[in-house]
Amino acid sequence: MSQRIAITLDVNGTAYRREVEPRLLLTDFLRHEIGLTGTHVGCEHGVCGACTILWDAAPARACLIFAVQAEGHAIHTVEGLAPAPGQLNPLQQAFQDTHALQCGYCTPGILMTMTAFLAENPAPTEHQVRDALSGNLCRCTGYQHIVDAVLLAAERAR
Amino acid sequence: MKPAPFDWHAPATLAEALALKAHHGDAARFLAGGQSLVPAMNFRVSQPAMLVDLNRVAGLDGIAWDADGTLSIGAMTRYRSIERDAAIAARQPLLIEALAEVAHPQIRTRGTLGGNLAHADPASEMPAVMLALGARFRLASSSGGREVAAADFFIAPLTTVLAEDEMLAEIRIPPLPSRSGTAFLEVARRRGDYAMLGVAVVVVRDAAGRCREARLAFLSAGPTPVLAPRAAALLRGTALDTKSIADAATMAQQEVEPMGSVQANPGYQRHLAGVLARRALSIAAARSLA
Repeated sequence: MSQRIAITLDVNGTAYRREVEPRLLLTDFLRHEIGLTGTHVGCEHGVCGACTILWDAAPARACLIFAVQAEGHAIHTVEGLAPAPGQLNPLQQAFQDTHALQCGYCTPGILMTMTAFLAENPAPTEHQVRDALSGNLCRCTGYQHIVDAVLLAAERAR
Repeated sequence: MKPAPFDWHAPATLAEALALKAHHGDAARFLAGGQSLVPAMNFRVSQPAMLVDLNRVAGLDGIAWDADGTLSIGAMTRYRSIERDAAIAARQPLLIEALAEVAHPQIRTRGTLGGNLAHADPASEMPAVMLALGARFRLASSSGGREVAAADFFIAPLTTVLAEDEMLAEIRIPPLPSRSGTAFLEVARRRGDYAMLGVAVVVVRDAAGRCREARLAFLSAGPTPVLAPRAAALLRGTALDTKSIADAATMAQQEVEPMGSVQANPGYQRHLAGVLARRALSIAAARSLA
């Protein structure tokens, strides 16, 4: 039963080669195999959104994908957003400026969801932002400032 | 690791996938989008010894239109592709309206129409939509294939007519006649959650504006998605006026047999069935005039 498979995954533009069991979830590959712990693990059954990554530029739950399935796809995680160490990208800056995080646990997933959302909807309404946010849970329930941050990032990009 | 160990096969062709399933039977599960199967595996509610991953099989996804207007959707077609398809939005708007209620964008990136239908959750949107649209499913196996009507496909919660060597390969949706109107409504406690109850309706008028055909299909209203044929029969021949719609909604309310859930008892679900049927029929009736 201990089938092991050699895979090479493209994460944030870097190729990582590992040998893994097929049951290894992409979340655990990112966190434990290559040390990218920015992708958080919340519910591990696809409800909370903390593990949201970009799969070929589309938002997806990394806890519902096996790492072996990701070969040949471009994976982006929150570590890939900032232009350089110590810097923030415009969406991250808007989160800081509007106090859009409290404990911060849900933040990486929300940043990835909203990165994909803003790429498709550069001038969203507040209602659209709230709808797009519905797949990410914040247990601090600070949603208002998160909505403000996304709207601010969209406004600054115009 | 959350899931129990399993052997993983990711064949490149449909023939290989079907041969694996025929050989291993119920010990093997097909892995489509994984948005229902992987949560069950993470909880270890489901512990298949083998996954036959369909994500690398060529030719199982795609959207095509026959000359007669029938829409064919490959089983592995992602929700994300369907909801962004302009031709489907124009010609089969019920699919798009209902898809907006299916979980969240992150789930629709990976989730597939075929995987969802084969999973056969009675609280899921697409099975009810398929009943309302009169869809037919093409099933494939290493020994051949067959076609079944959506109305005959679902037999119990999470249970379909699929044999252990069969795969749901393609969904075929007949064209909507002219003077058709459709609508989808559901009530869920939170956006993207499973609905406490939902309904998909189709109405078709004749040249004189009378209702020629109607179909109402409910989700979360029993062990499978269910049609309400007696309510539909009440609408035939009417002008789809307020009174006829109210009568049909009352009939639908009596006709469904909801089982109750953690969030809604059967009485409340029955109440929702009447209210949502009335509203959805009114919307579809107006759209059938447009």
